[in-house]
Amino acid sequence: MKEAALQRLFYGALGVLALAGLGVGLASAGAQGLSFGLFAVMTLGGAVMCVWERSVVRSAFALMATFTGIAGFFLLLEADFLAMAQILIYVGGILALLLFAVMLTPPDLGERRLGRIAVATVLVGGATLYLGQQVARTAKWFQLGAPLDGRVERDFSSAERIGVGFLALDQYVVAFELAAVVLTVALVAAVYIARRKKSDLEPETRQETA
Amino acid sequence: MGLGAYVAVSAALFALGIVAILARRNVIYILMGIEMILNAANLNFVAFNRFGSMQLDGQMFAIFTIILAAAEAAVALAIVLNVFYLFDSIKPSEADLLRE
Repeated sequence: MKEAALQRLFYGALGVLALAGLGVGLASAGAQGLSFGLFAVMTLGGAVMCVWERSVVRSAFALMATFTGIAGFFLLLEADFLAMAQILIYVGGILALLLFAVMLTPPDLGERRLGRIAVATVLVGGATLYLGQQVARTAKWFQLGAPLDGRVERDFSSAERIGVGFLALDQYVVAFELAAVVLTVALVAAVYIARRKKSDLEPETRQETA
Repeated sequence: MGLGAYVAVSAALFALGIVAILARRNVIYILMGIEMILNAANLNFVAFNRFGSMQLDGQMFAIFTIILAAAEAAVALAIVLNVFYLFDSIKPSEADLLRE
């Protein structure tokens, strides 16, 4: 009963904050601000739910909102190839892997401690706010060069240019091949590690056989 | 929306990832926190790429981050399964074989 009341309070507060975020976005920059606010609410709301929820499965599904919101940000930032890759790899791949890990391990519903979450939130939030304030005071964000808004003839699709960047000899071809090797080695090693028997792991039995 | 808004969202997501790592005693939450942190870094890369006067270097970095995150998630899942077989638990505080 107390848990249910707590849950209602949390989601009520989260809903109010989400509406406030959408309203602020709409009031500040119109339609673009509204979509920015929507993606921000998805990203941060999903992350907050992930930290809050007692059940790991619910946290994993809350993380889906976070990853999708990040993909939306990529679309807003004109990185269409990255947005699709984000949805394919994070939502389709990494989240499925996480859910596998959830299903193969026992649930532990008594693990969440609200006090610990509160302390960590206050400490990390304070540190982030302080650091952000310092950075905002000293860094010169908007002198990075001319923003790209002025260019009218702008090719929106980035997939072709990314492909050229991967394969052109003077750009990223070495990193591309290295990433391929790393991915192959990591996946083969993951299969090898995951399929070891328990007798290979126990230090006592290893001593006996030695 | 300017660069500052994206950086602010990214900082908040990064902080939430750290909170997930610090506050939850479960290996899977640690993995989720790492994914949040990597996503925050990616958002920064792409935002600086968009608002700075560079080619596509930021998006390239983000792609390599995504590739390495996929490899990391696969290896981490294998390690989590092994830890569970060995200790019958996925609390990071109980994997203390070297302490004995």
